[in-house]
Amino acid sequence: MKKAGIIMILGSLLLLGLFKFPLWNIMLGAPQYPDPMGMNIYITGIEGVNEFDIQNIDGLNHYIGMKKIPKPEEMWEFEVFPIVIGGMAALGVIIGILGFFGKLSYKWFLGWLILTSVLGILGMYDFNNWLTEYGTDLDPNAIMKMTHPDGTPMTYKPPLFGHQKMLNFDVDSWPHTGAYMLFAGMALSLIAFFIGKKEWETNN
Amino acid sequence: MKNSILYIFSLIISASFFSCNNSENSKNGDRGALASSAAEKVYVAPGEHDDFYAFISGGYSGNLTVYGLPSGRMFKEIPVFSQFPTSGYGYSEETKPMLNTSHGFIPWDDSHHPDISQTEGKLDGRWIFINGNNTPRIAKIDLKTFETTEIIEVPNSAGNHSSSFVTENTEYVVAGTRFSVPVPQQDMPINEYKGKFKGTLSFISVAPETGRMNIKFQLIMPGFDYDLSHPGRGKSHGWFFFTTYNTEEANTLLEVNASQNDKDFIAAVNWKKIEEYVNNGGGKMMPAEYAHNVYDDHTHTATSTMKKEVLTVDPTEVPGAVFLLPTPKSPHGCDVDPSGEYIIGNGKLSADLTIHSFTKMIDAIENKRFDGDAYGIPILKFEDVLAGTVKQAGLGPLHTEFDGKGNAYTTFFISSELVKWNVETQEVIDRQPNYYSVGHVMIPGGNSAHPFGKYAVSMNKITKDRYLPTGPELEHSAQLFDISGDKMELLLDFPTHGEPHYAAGIPAEIIKENSQKIYKLAENKHEYATIANGDARVERDGNEVHVYMTMIRSHFTPDNIEGIKVGDKVYFHITNHEQDFDVPHGFAMIGANNAELLIMPGQTKTLTWEPKKVGVWPFYCTDFCSALHQEMQGYIRVSPKDSNIDLSWSLGED
Repeated sequence: MKKAGIIMILGSLLLLGLFKFPLWNIMLGAPQYPDPMGMNIYITGIEGVNEFDIQNIDGLNHYIGMKKIPKPEEMWEFEVFPIVIGGMAALGVIIGILGFFGKLSYKWFLGWLILTSVLGILGMYDFNNWLTEYGTDLDPNAIMKMTHPDGTPMTYKPPLFGHQKMLNFDVDSWPHTGAYMLFAGMALSLIAFFIGKKEWETNN
Repeated sequence: MKNSILYIFSLIISASFFSCNNSENSKNGDRGALASSAAEKVYVAPGEHDDFYAFISGGYSGNLTVYGLPSGRMFKEIPVFSQFPTSGYGYSEETKPMLNTSHGFIPWDDSHHPDISQTEGKLDGRWIFINGNNTPRIAKIDLKTFETTEIIEVPNSAGNHSSSFVTENTEYVVAGTRFSVPVPQQDMPINEYKGKFKGTLSFISVAPETGRMNIKFQLIMPGFDYDLSHPGRGKSHGWFFFTTYNTEEANTLLEVNASQNDKDFIAAVNWKKIEEYVNNGGGKMMPAEYAHNVYDDHTHTATSTMKKEVLTVDPTEVPGAVFLLPTPKSPHGCDVDPSGEYIIGNGKLSADLTIHSFTKMIDAIENKRFDGDAYGIPILKFEDVLAGTVKQAGLGPLHTEFDGKGNAYTTFFISSELVKWNVETQEVIDRQPNYYSVGHVMIPGGNSAHPFGKYAVSMNKITKDRYLPTGPELEHSAQLFDISGDKMELLLDFPTHGEPHYAAGIPAEIIKENSQKIYKLAENKHEYATIANGDARVERDGNEVHVYMTMIRSHFTPDNIEGIKVGDKVYFHITNHEQDFDVPHGFAMIGANNAELLIMPGQTKTLTWEPKKVGVWPFYCTDFCSALHQEMQGYIRVSPKDSNIDLSWSLGED
């Protein structure tokens, strides 16, 4: 299972891209923001796309009573996510090496993929919960209390995925480079599984 | 009656003589199909940018205005020599030192000739310089912030007119005096002018990295009037040329007495030679008093230093450094073509243009073909330096610019036209009427080795009927010509602010990317800045009260202050905490005897207020900053002088 092992190792290593590149990106454009503001969500924290974007987004959000964008130390996720990602990358590399030497079954590759997917879905669920809280837990003394036509209070949860119009802003939320590297790594582990299966069957 | 008929008759004769090609255009301007094509050429669609910046001097406004070409839209007025209540320039504590001089605080000047910094003869777009004509000064404007960042006073000068032109690598910005005066100044009879009054030509070095200006030396010349100047370039790099008039050295009724000599001079100055002389210890230090004012982008504060001496050079002590080129009829503009070979003297009392050859000048100097001297400065023979004459080109030539394609464009004040001619053949190619009485013309890069010959802007002195009337006082009119073809095509009329004396144009892409959007709060080193919101406070020192205030959409911190007393001097040191492009806040205090402040993101400015009346007095933000701009306000409680109310301040407390 030499080929499959190498692919598995490469796939696992792609997860490390999340330490360098953003997982997600949310951009906010408006008529008076021809150069949109944005935030890049890393597994270690949230940063502005441009130097002062976070400050400026917070400045605008205070009108509608949203909390400030959390700093790394204000969310447990930014401590746990790096450990989980690092751990999964290490685990994948170990599985790949052991697979390379034929010490493990190719099924471990699939096992790693399933575990990564489950953790990924949990991560997305958690992220979505945060977006919901961020967009709905508003200061009761907010300067502007907007309501929908039916009278219910307006909330400002950014979309998890895709484009949404929020007041004067166009909000776009999409995976970023780190996420694409994660997806590619997961795809490689699946390829490793099939190639490993073929190699395993030829050898045995 | 008879006289006026004669007058009209002579006007018609001269118009037909000098404007033989004009007759079609001059009737109605351009109309119909031509007009719609002109409209397309100046149309910059909403949201799109102009191709060129034009920096047009404000003349008696003391400022510099920024326009776009080809649209003719005005983008900004940059305060330079004049107090500007719109932003608080010259009123705020930080900028008052910018207007300091040896005569004290001067709130105004007459700004004349802007010129953009160059590297190797090309516009580099780092700074633009402009001269204050009345109280002689040279200012430098930083083209990252579009703010005036340095002003140096020029001693021993009066009517700083043949200024502020830069050399090929911005080694120097040069300032010549229009009025000759006693040097050093002294109490003496005016009618002893001749031989005793002197004219100074000042070479102000510009530090290559910082742009810091310093008067390297002043050349003490005979008491002529030094009118305009331009640097040599290319082969003539290292020389500087100055037109003179009043070589008669008259001191009264100059319009007659200074117009007697058939020829005045262009003074050719080999500044490299004098620089070498000075670097080797030459020259004489003379006591002088002049202010040097520098604004720092990080402290957001200007400082004014009074200098005590200046290095002077007697031209007769540096042989081979200065020569006089006879030039007919009180020449005004002194313009050098992009190759550096031709020096054009615009004899303002004549119909001809005189073109001197740099090569012939050097040849005459080397062969010592002199025709006497003036106060020891050798005079060259007119015929020896003359390259040619543009004959009967128009009436009253003033200024010439170049398109980089071998053509020159000269303004004729009296016959009110712009004339295109070929520099080599000296033949007139085209002429277009100007509305009216054109002074300067500007082609972007026109004072450099590499002009951008697409547009020419002529700046007219007289407006009359060009726009909707606005009472007796009118803005001056400018006209934009397309000069890309053989014939010049009038595209656009637009009004200019103050009185433009020259302008400088530059392709937008050279500077627009460098234009700064905000000042970084983290780099704010202002002595009274409030960087952390928690540091906002009020401190008393005797009757001086310092308010350390911050502003961000949409409140001041603090917003309510008590414990101020009649007779206090209150300094509002206000820091704008925004870090977003185009979010300035304003500050206005009722009863302040100065101006408002307009504070850019990350900047700190200080306004002084001396409350005179007991009461509760509001202040507010003057720049519509946000949906809650009208809520951006505060109160100051002013108590009687002898009250014992302690200072207190608050935000968001009842």
